[in-house]
Amino acid sequence: MNPVSLYDIDSLTISPVEAPVERQFYPYADNGGTSLAIAGADYCLVASDTRQSSGYSISSRYSPKAFKLTEKAVLATNGFFADGLALTKRLGQKLEWYKHAHDKEMSTRALAQMLSNTLYYKRFFPYYVFNLLGGIDEQGRGVVYSYDPVGSYEPEMYRAGGSAASLVQPFLDNQVGLKNQQGAQRTPLPLDTAIRIAKDAFTSATERDIYTGDYLEIFVIRQEGVTTERIDLKKD
Amino acid sequence: MTTRLEQPKGGFNFDNYQRNVFLEQKGITLPKMTKTGTTIVGLIYKDGVCLGADTRATAGPIVADKNCEKIHYLAPNIHCCGAGTAADTEYTTALISSQLELHRLTTGRKSRVATALIMLKQMLFRYQGHIGAALVLGGYDINGPCLYTIHPHGSTDKLPYVTMGSGSLAAMSVFESRWRKDLERQEAIDLVKDAIESGIFNDLGSGSNVDVTVIEKDKVDVYRNYAKPNERGQKEQSYKFNRGTTAILKESIKDLVIITEGIEEMDIS
Amino acid sequence: MDHFPLNWDKLGQENRGKPKNDIFADAITRTQRPIVTGTSVIALKYKDGVMLAADMLASYGSLARFTDVKRLYPVGDFTVLGASGDISDFQYTKHLLDTVMVEEYYTNDGHVLRTQNIYEYLSRVMYNRRSQFNPLWNAYIVGGYNNDEKFLGYVDLLGTTYQSSTIATGFGAYLAQPILRKAVEGKEDTLTEAEAVEILDSCLRVLYYRDARSFNKFQRAKITAEGVEITGPYKVESQWGFAEGIRGYGP
Repeated sequence: MNPVSLYDIDSLTISPVEAPVERQFYPYADNGGTSLAIAGADYCLVASDTRQSSGYSISSRYSPKAFKLTEKAVLATNGFFADGLALTKRLGQKLEWYKHAHDKEMSTRALAQMLSNTLYYKRFFPYYVFNLLGGIDEQGRGVVYSYDPVGSYEPEMYRAGGSAASLVQPFLDNQVGLKNQQGAQRTPLPLDTAIRIAKDAFTSATERDIYTGDYLEIFVIRQEGVTTERIDLKKD
Repeated sequence: MTTRLEQPKGGFNFDNYQRNVFLEQKGITLPKMTKTGTTIVGLIYKDGVCLGADTRATAGPIVADKNCEKIHYLAPNIHCCGAGTAADTEYTTALISSQLELHRLTTGRKSRVATALIMLKQMLFRYQGHIGAALVLGGYDINGPCLYTIHPHGSTDKLPYVTMGSGSLAAMSVFESRWRKDLERQEAIDLVKDAIESGIFNDLGSGSNVDVTVIEKDKVDVYRNYAKPNERGQKEQSYKFNRGTTAILKESIKDLVIITEGIEEMDIS
Repeated sequence: MDHFPLNWDKLGQENRGKPKNDIFADAITRTQRPIVTGTSVIALKYKDGVMLAADMLASYGSLARFTDVKRLYPVGDFTVLGASGDISDFQYTKHLLDTVMVEEYYTNDGHVLRTQNIYEYLSRVMYNRRSQFNPLWNAYIVGGYNNDEKFLGYVDLLGTTYQSSTIATGFGAYLAQPILRKAVEGKEDTLTEAEAVEILDSCLRVLYYRDARSFNKFQRAKITAEGVEITGPYKVESQWGFAEGIRGYGP
């Protein structure tokens, strides 16, 4: 009698012939980086680090991936940088056409829907980007829209995205969402507190996520327009 | 009729490896190991050997330890930097260190670097690369300063300056442009520090601080955190929670001790 | 190892020729792997402009096939394109850029394409090709000088782009970039031409020591307000003397 075989021996034979042969060019890359957005009563904050990486190497220490789209909206793109840039350029062009056609800038709500449509348009060859759109609506209230790569989106009050999202989101749930806290004061979050939380979120993410670091760029969107601030992060 | 599988006598058995490959094909993944995506270096200078290491340990994209020690003790005159699977580097060096100690007690002589080298490479070769330890071995013995690298499969190199780990190229670029024969002690330390910092700032697998160990004849200096180029800045605000933030869902207090009044006679029967 | 690149996806003798049971075997083929390749290009910004450097080797797998290939190509009067990766795709890119420059020229409206425009165009070409699953298998560095502004940009086969004061492609990203960053970051406006040359040479030397696909014959491009200047072929000094002192790999 043959020895008892616990598993199919044939499936274990590893010969070079059966090794997978890469015959397809892989059109995506992960360029790392983290973003977050917080909506306030009359402002919206969008923050992104500026490190662009590939593998274990830093491509650029300053390569911004958050872009001002209108006077009332900023888009943070995370994932494959080339797709993020292509998407941003496409949106920029559509916004320009909209301005010429309607003689006004697109509202943030319309822009949010347009972004969703633009992403879904490429459903079967997606833009490999996790987007955060921060802005203020027609009433001047802050709003954050978060997306998956193929266009599913929802409005939120705060959201983290990118390589350290799983580190930052629980922090925001705690400090902005005040989740599971008895007797917490649910007052509107002042802008200076939001900025402090954003900075601490990023210095902490830099400590523990290897893809996050170098510089932090903070956009603040208000009725008056968009302001930008740049802060140093650790470079290791 | 045999119902038992014949086990070969002696040698190594890789059944578990085959089993693991099979399980992985079935979609069962092995537990994630802490890798020290690392920069480790060593060089020989005029009077001895200088070893260097960064202090970041990673588990995938996450920094598992911000200030770990990668320069391990092997013998009073021999130290060893480890890169690769953290557990493998720690246990391999600890095992060989123990064997060297016993060897010293048996022979009554100081350990030689070559002895450590042979023990390490034979062990790693026996395990056919499954022990993921990439080492930089340095020490000072009867033959003077010695420096070796050992790869996970058991091959070794003997060179005047070496680097290993994911930051090895970043560190080597510093050595290749600035190393020369017969460096002074401080020059050697500075060069090692710069090589490690090159890894820290350019390789995402490396980070935090610089550890340096200098081994000379009858003298070893361990400089833990020789340089700290990445101190964490001050936080913007305090994150202390008010007492009572955590909701109490249920409260029940039980008496675990029964207190009785008066004195009871002790039973001494 | 089989050193013949055309066999690299056909592992094993019996598999030579058509891969068995491959329904795609008769389909159209695209650049799926580079054949004749150039290794690293390195570049930096300095006081007067930007500099690029690359060796002149085109490899065929591990064979050093062509040793007099120019991988730094001037486009217009103030831009240089540095190429690594597939040489035939590079030659196609040169042709493409030349066509655009000529078209722009015969419009005769006094307008010329500046470095930023050329970089943008090239980036879109690279991204479009990757989106058609037919990439140009290169990593390019575009360097230039326009309106008192230095420009240094990177684009590769995926269409990934970035700008930085130091850039290195291929192996240079690991070996040269650390040296470049330490020597240049924060000193983009103070480094002299002589210092810039010295930094580049030390990078080229390290690459020659450690990159097995490199060659000790280089070209260097300088782009300043005066225009483009390409020097070379030239060599860097190398030191192999210590090798004689090395004995064995252990006891």
